[in-house]
Amino acid sequence: MIDAIIGPFIEFSFMRRALVGCLALSLGAPPIGVFLMLRRMSLMGDAMSHAILPGAAIGYLLAGLSLFAMSLGGFAAGLAVAIAAGLVARSTVLREDASLAAFYLVSLALGVLIVSVRGSNIDLLHVLFGTVLALDDAAILLLAGISTVSLVVLAVIYRPLVLECFDPQFLRSASALSSPTHLTFLVLVVLNLVAGFQALGTLMAVGIMLLPAIAARFWAEDVSGMILVAVGIAFIASVSGLLLSYHTGAPTGPAIILLCGIFYLLSMMFGPRGGLLWNLVPRKHLEA
Amino acid sequence: MKTRVFCRIGLALFLLLGVSGAAWSADKVRAVASFSILGDMVSQVGGGRVEVVTLVGPDGDAHVFSPTPADAKTLAGADLFFVNGLGFEGWMERLEKSSGFKGKTVVASNGIKPLTMSEEEGHHHGEADEHDRDHDGHAKAEDADHEAADPHAWQDLANGKVYVANIRDGLIEADPEGKAVYEANAAKYLDAIAKEEIAVKAAVASLPHERRKIITSHDAFGYFGTAYGLEIIAPEGVSTESEASAQDVAKIIRQIKAEKIPAVFIENVTDHRLLDQIARETGAKIGGTLYSDALSGPDGPAPTYVDMFRHNVGTLTAALSS
Repeated sequence: MIDAIIGPFIEFSFMRRALVGCLALSLGAPPIGVFLMLRRMSLMGDAMSHAILPGAAIGYLLAGLSLFAMSLGGFAAGLAVAIAAGLVARSTVLREDASLAAFYLVSLALGVLIVSVRGSNIDLLHVLFGTVLALDDAAILLLAGISTVSLVVLAVIYRPLVLECFDPQFLRSASALSSPTHLTFLVLVVLNLVAGFQALGTLMAVGIMLLPAIAARFWAEDVSGMILVAVGIAFIASVSGLLLSYHTGAPTGPAIILLCGIFYLLSMMFGPRGGLLWNLVPRKHLEA
Repeated sequence: MKTRVFCRIGLALFLLLGVSGAAWSADKVRAVASFSILGDMVSQVGGGRVEVVTLVGPDGDAHVFSPTPADAKTLAGADLFFVNGLGFEGWMERLEKSSGFKGKTVVASNGIKPLTMSEEEGHHHGEADEHDRDHDGHAKAEDADHEAADPHAWQDLANGKVYVANIRDGLIEADPEGKAVYEANAAKYLDAIAKEEIAVKAAVASLPHERRKIITSHDAFGYFGTAYGLEIIAPEGVSTESEASAQDVAKIIRQIKAEKIPAVFIENVTDHRLLDQIARETGAKIGGTLYSDALSGPDGPAPTYVDMFRHNVGTLTAALSS
């Protein structure tokens, strides 16, 4: 039993690398997912995976098939879309989700246009997006570095960010920190997503960021509790997903994300904070 | 996820691009080839009488190609459409229908006995071993329920000859006046292929028997291995779209260590990060880039079908003999 759990990691360095990469991602991404969920921006990850195309394409045109150039371009494009959407949402009647949709579609179309100008049939995003099983030193350092930066920055902007989630009007009236907090947060989101895409692929990057966060919503009332639960779920799903893939032959990324999905379903049923099952139990009325 | 990206990209293209198909010249036979290797073959046989447009160009991946309105327009104006068949061009039938193509479709792999590949293992049955080949001649048909035809038939030069014959017959049917030209070109071309075939066999024969094993990124080399006696092991399945599992990678690493496989090879159309990882972990060396599903550009090492074999075999023998 113990051998089945530890053995693969001892025997194969690709398993150890995958584990380290997944754990690094699981530490940094779920807290960001919690805030995304609380701000009703859960679909941003998916939008981002398309929005980075023009940047990746320009990187490809300038430097050929260089992962670094394509990631850097992707990051710039993603950041431009996120910040433009954030600014428009703050200064016009549009909500953030609508302005994000508008900008990411424009960005995707621009990207396809740039790719086809060159007339190549290489699927750039296919080349850019990595897989869990092929993490090299650079990818692991990137993931670990970005997790560290994310946690530190989140700690610094934690209070205004929580306020911004629950009572943005108050924060705006009481302090000048509202916009800088929001923009810093957007930079973190894009940083995590682009690094995640490059190292692990879209499914893993978006899945680890959001599914544990959404599941955690059923277990904790306050933000810090949700973050802890989300990171815990991401850890467990990563380790057990890797082992599942090793022992059954299921593709690794989908195995990990499906386990996150199972956690979500279980949480939705049995979670003490608004889970389905608990809603069926009649609650005591408040008594004076 | 990926399919969705392609649908969206396709849609975006459809909305965005002004439709600008290739301008055909009036006095030539207008032929469209689905991918670069076939395109080269058609222009070798057609010579000056045929104008060839290739849909999936050099270094492009035909598995994930998504046709544009310009491609549809090009096809609509063509006399002949050359395709590989055997399920290689999944997008072909829809493109043919939607473009209003009225010419004739020539399936270049017609008459080839396809190899099958197991979808479970991503690994060829009935490959390589001289013994197996002597007894069975062809791929063994075990696990019939998991098997699909392997489309990469051009990786055996003997099949390449069948392709050339099919192309020649297709061209003659469409343009009977050019019969003599096509037959002469095809004869010359078949000759060149036959010469290369001898060279490939000699090159493989010079390798020590126990070193005739290679790892490459997706198993496009099944025919090559079967024809010339190399064992090919690939970490991905039939198509470049599938994703490997930890178990697949672990098996391959164990196999490389146990059988002391000397080298792994990168393909021109796929992402090689996974192979780099395998090479790092086993100490097998990266033998170089093999051309599988697409030629290189005109300045690259494999601008034509015959050059592709020359390059691949050169790369293989350099890495395996040392």
